[in-house]
Amino acid sequence: MSIPGEWYLILAAALFTVGALGLLVRRNVLVMFMCIELMLNAANLTFVTFSRMLGDIGGQVIVFFVLVVAAAEVVVGLGIVVAIFRRRTQTSADDLRQLKG
Amino acid sequence: MVHAAYLMALFPLAGFVVLVAAGRRLGDPWAGWVATAAVLGAFVVACVSLAGLLGEPTSARHFSADYFSWITVGGLQVKVGILLDPLSMTMCMFVTGVSALIHLYSIGYMRDDPEYPKFFVYMNLFVFSMLLLVLANNLLVTFVGWEGVGVCSYWLVAYWHERDSAASAGKKAFIYNRVGDVGFLIALFLIFSRLGTLDLPSIFAHRHALGSAGATAAALLLLMAATGKSAQIPLFNWLPDAMEGPTPVSALIHAATMVTAGVYLLCRMNAVLALSPDAMWVVAVIGGVTAFVAATIATSQQDIKKALAFSTVSQIGYMMLAVGTGAYVAAIFLMVAHAFYKALLFLGAGSVIHGLHDEQDLKKMGGLARLLPWTYGTFLVGWLAIAGIPPLSGFWSKGDVLANVFRKSPALWALGVVTAVLTAYYMTRLFVLAFRGDDRWASSVSGHPPQPPHESPWVMRLPLVVLAVLAFAGGVLDLPWVHHSGLASWLAPVFAHTLYADHESAALQTVLVVVDGVAGLLGLGLAFAAWRGVVDRPALEPQFLQRVWYWDDLYDAVIGRPGQAMARVAATVVDTRVIDGAVNGVAAVVRRSASSVRRLQTGYVRNYALGIALGLAAVIAFLVSRVWWS
Repeated sequence: MSIPGEWYLILAAALFTVGALGLLVRRNVLVMFMCIELMLNAANLTFVTFSRMLGDIGGQVIVFFVLVVAAAEVVVGLGIVVAIFRRRTQTSADDLRQLKG
Repeated sequence: MVHAAYLMALFPLAGFVVLVAAGRRLGDPWAGWVATAAVLGAFVVACVSLAGLLGEPTSARHFSADYFSWITVGGLQVKVGILLDPLSMTMCMFVTGVSALIHLYSIGYMRDDPEYPKFFVYMNLFVFSMLLLVLANNLLVTFVGWEGVGVCSYWLVAYWHERDSAASAGKKAFIYNRVGDVGFLIALFLIFSRLGTLDLPSIFAHRHALGSAGATAAALLLLMAATGKSAQIPLFNWLPDAMEGPTPVSALIHAATMVTAGVYLLCRMNAVLALSPDAMWVVAVIGGVTAFVAATIATSQQDIKKALAFSTVSQIGYMMLAVGTGAYVAAIFLMVAHAFYKALLFLGAGSVIHGLHDEQDLKKMGGLARLLPWTYGTFLVGWLAIAGIPPLSGFWSKGDVLANVFRKSPALWALGVVTAVLTAYYMTRLFVLAFRGDDRWASSVSGHPPQPPHESPWVMRLPLVVLAVLAFAGGVLDLPWVHHSGLASWLAPVFAHTLYADHESAALQTVLVVVDGVAGLLGLGLAFAAWRGVVDRPALEPQFLQRVWYWDDLYDAVIGRPGQAMARVAATVVDTRVIDGAVNGVAAVVRRSASSVRRLQTGYVRNYALGIALGLAAVIAFLVSRVWWS
């Protein structure tokens, strides 16, 4: 038996909500990063699901693009995180509000 | 020979270009000689053109040529070209001739001026502009020349611009002229809108399309332009102030040539003027009244040049009177004669001023006859000529004007005769105060020991002598009993259709001539009786006349002070409150709103993320709602 597509979509929505809430409530930059990854992958899951449901390969192709962009983003983001670690002992995003100028 | 007439304008232009490029290197006096040579070249071309025109039969004395197209916009076609007919030829002859003499004179007069070459740059540009004005066959090109002489006049009046009075006199001359120029411009618009062309021959050919009201409006607007340029009431006040310029400038621009441009313009447009008898009456009345008013003012001026300036205004008033009467030939005749004797008088006055080391006050002259024999002799001729003593040129030309005016209106004629008496009176007063009586200059002449007045060098004396001969004999141009071979028949093709044709009986004409002569002699006698051996006669120099009938005070009260008050309101209220208020207000609003909006930038990443999430939710809600409603 196969699992109906709606389940995947519900899972994706749940993952996205977890990611979004995590981004809003957590202070640690690394955790916030993981939340962003969670949201991205929730979107990827949606793409793949619809691709299967509609029989259109385009959705899966877009997932590859998203993965590449996400990888690049992780590189930049982790670079920033490392730079922050060099200066401070902890990585609370709120400490960085002085950057608002 | 006529085909080369355009060279007439190109010679002074070339002189101007050379002097602009190399004037400083040429220096004193070579810059002056170059300028004089350029104008002399123009005079030679004018003579050749005159010979060419005289060689043609009377009906063919008309040469019009376009050289290049200046403006082509829609229906407006402006071509630059020349129109050479007896009228413009006459103007060119005396403009170039008198200019050449005055340039020669300036070589001596402007000697040792620190900006010597600059003076001749302006003078040559002036002669070019004047010839452009006179020769143009298109009203717009005439207007270019009109403005050109105006701006040269401004530069030359304010030539000694370090002096405050000269700088403001220049501005005054320019602004008064601008008022008149507005009239010229509107006249151009009107003529173009009605006739679709600014080409002079076409305007003359299609003038009836202007309609009666249009012709009156055009004529009055042109009159407005002429009152500005020719210093007539109500715009005459600038001319006496323009005497702040060097004396050769006063002689050339503010006596002989530029100020007669208004009269020339009206003569040129005589075909349009003839369509409107009402406008002609206005011209005649303005001319007559100006002649009278200016003559009264001239009787009580202390400054030798200002007295001559008011005399110029008065004489141009006579010309306007003649134009308004329809006696264009008389106007041109008087213009030519006036150019001779008034240039002579101004140059003579310049020679006196030069000899006295820049003293212009008549009350500080006297007894100069012995010391300046050449100036005295030539000034004597100029004085008798303008006073209208037979057989000098002024007698014939003024007599021609007055005889024609009598046919138009005996009242204006009477005013003209009274003015003639006044003319003889004020000129005699000036002459007696300057040259006769005791010498009063000792106190004002500078130097230790005081240097006595000295006669001028030959470059200044030669023009005086030539002009004296012309002023003496200028009457032969148009003697009353040889109308068929003089100026009248020469100019007849230009004015044929509008010339005042009536003829009075021989007896009446004789009476008029005798009255003219008696008027001149009467003025002479009165002035000798009043001013011989007397320097101060306050009763004859009332404040009212010295203050120019309070014209300047009137303008000051009606235009100057309200204008200043408005400027003050604009500066203190409009500028500080309204304009600065608007600018500062905008800045304050931006700053206040920005300081409230900047609170949004907290620096907390989660706030921004929440903003994004809420925005996303709003967009989704919007999209969903659209699906819902549709």
